[in-house]
Amino acid sequence: MPDSNIPENANEHCPGPESQGAGKADGCAGCPNQEICASQAQGPDPDLPIVTERLSKVRHKLLVLSGKGGVGKSTFTAQLAFALASDESCDVGVVDIDICGPSIPKIMGCEREQIHQSSNGWSPVYVQDNLAVMSIGFMLPDEDSAVIWRGPKKNGMIKQFLKDVDWSSAGKLDYLLFDTPPGTSDEHLSVVQLLKASGITGAVILTTPQEVALQDVRKEIDFCRKANVPILGLVENMAAFVCPSCHGSSLIFYPTTGGADALCRELDIPLLGSIPLDPSIGRACDFGSSFVDTCPESPAAKAFVQVIDRIKQIVDQ
Amino acid sequence: MTSNSVIGDRLASIKHVVLVLSGKGGVGKSSCTVQLALSLASQGRKVGVLDIDLCGPSIPRMLGLEGRQIHQATAGWVPVFADADKRLACMSIGFLLPNKNSSVVWRGPKKNAMIKQFLADVYWGELDYLLIDTPPGTSDEHLAAVEYLQEWNPDGAVIVTTPQAVALSDVKKEINFCTKVGLPLLGLIENMSGFVCPHCAECTNLFSTGGGEGLAKHMDIPFLGRAPIDPNLVMLLEQEDKTIVPNVNDPTAEKLKTESIVDTYQHCELSKIFAAITSQLESRLDKSKQ
Repeated sequence: MPDSNIPENANEHCPGPESQGAGKADGCAGCPNQEICASQAQGPDPDLPIVTERLSKVRHKLLVLSGKGGVGKSTFTAQLAFALASDESCDVGVVDIDICGPSIPKIMGCEREQIHQSSNGWSPVYVQDNLAVMSIGFMLPDEDSAVIWRGPKKNGMIKQFLKDVDWSSAGKLDYLLFDTPPGTSDEHLSVVQLLKASGITGAVILTTPQEVALQDVRKEIDFCRKANVPILGLVENMAAFVCPSCHGSSLIFYPTTGGADALCRELDIPLLGSIPLDPSIGRACDFGSSFVDTCPESPAAKAFVQVIDRIKQIVDQ
Repeated sequence: MTSNSVIGDRLASIKHVVLVLSGKGGVGKSSCTVQLALSLASQGRKVGVLDIDLCGPSIPRMLGLEGRQIHQATAGWVPVFADADKRLACMSIGFLLPNKNSSVVWRGPKKNAMIKQFLADVYWGELDYLLIDTPPGTSDEHLAAVEYLQEWNPDGAVIVTTPQAVALSDVKKEINFCTKVGLPLLGLIENMSGFVCPHCAECTNLFSTGGGEGLAKHMDIPFLGRAPIDPNLVMLLEQEDKTIVPNVNDPTAEKLKTESIVDTYQHCELSKIFAAITSQLESRLDKSKQ
């Protein structure tokens, strides 16, 4: 068993929490984690090969991450999906692994749709012929129901999303995008672990310019590095606000520490672009439409297109 | 049960325990928690802020306490104080991390244990209010906090939302969570409701407006108030030196200096709105305790 799995503060002769002897070895006596280690299933997860098989024909798997909530992860995922799918030959899938706060169905205009089950697995919801969406939002009895789940149950759901969803055309997808909840916890660990064997193309990290957000984003970057997820780059959202009545530009979220640009330089990550704050983005999300299509002339839409083009460039290299 | 009775002993010296919740991230839970705490502290109350957002602790930066250490005393962990009078105490995992880049990559059980430790081990002393800032969602942290507090009847939850429909649908989930776990709903704050352009004083509704009030009415929750985006407040929460009164419209003007963040906050426009929100909240709490 790899020694790297042994926690730093473990007992001296810790056999490793994933080993056969976990919780049962002599060194485990008196360890506060003994009970948990002993009761956990041993050996590699038998579902891993199934997930890998299911996703073997997906060309690019992208994670959209941010340590901070409300910076626009779901909005960006949706706009990225819409933009990629505007090319009819490109098959795109979106998996919403934000189990407690699924926003993708609303933002992508497919609320109250149903998931169908066939012999091949769960059929996702199709927003367009080449754009499929999977979210827990489709499975709730009504839109207000809370999903009050602890980690293991959320992990089970994510595993099912990866293992059981029947993506169109025999599983061939050009892009599979994962929208994640904020933080660095169960959902993130699970998706990274489950995708390890089939490979993650990379993560796009979202942030807003103020230090309070950047703080959490630093943690997310640290997570990606620890988990060996390649970082494609950082997108700065809600950068500046242009007043619709006087066209004066103001900064709502002050980049007191230099914003995303400084962070990128500090941590050596490419900055993919900066998207201004535009009230019509929020409105497009409320109506579930593609912002880039509805307001193609706005500076925010142009910034979106630029960022998306760069992402396409990077993944096709 | 022993550790639960320890929590009870800790809470015995605290008059009111209030959780700040929202299903949605980035709506201003932490900034509302801080503002409630500052408003209460400025009225002479003794306030504790407990940050249980373990993966993204923002409270230390917002209160200007980054890099401070927690001390271990015989009575327990001594929280960090934001002002000289020790009216505003704070506890966060941010104080326990080796550096600002370190991530806390923990699954549920470990987070639960940390929250339990916060509740059982922090020596708050006599407090009028303990405000608990939470991460978004309805999962481990929330269940843990509610579970450990339940026996000791927490006063309830303040819900924070932004006005747009996408946020409201997550917030409805959070309200249902509170109802399911039996946590009383003390009220709802609509945050980021509009932004006043510093150039032309035109108010733009960045994330629409009125959504929070409508939701409060619909779900039958007291509506505590509507707070616009105030760049000066954003600045105050951002800047490292909290004793300088921010003035983003005129950066060249001479800077006012104050004694502490509690006083600086009183110079922000938003403090008046939060004073009203706080007094509404206090009167509700007094009623429910009788």
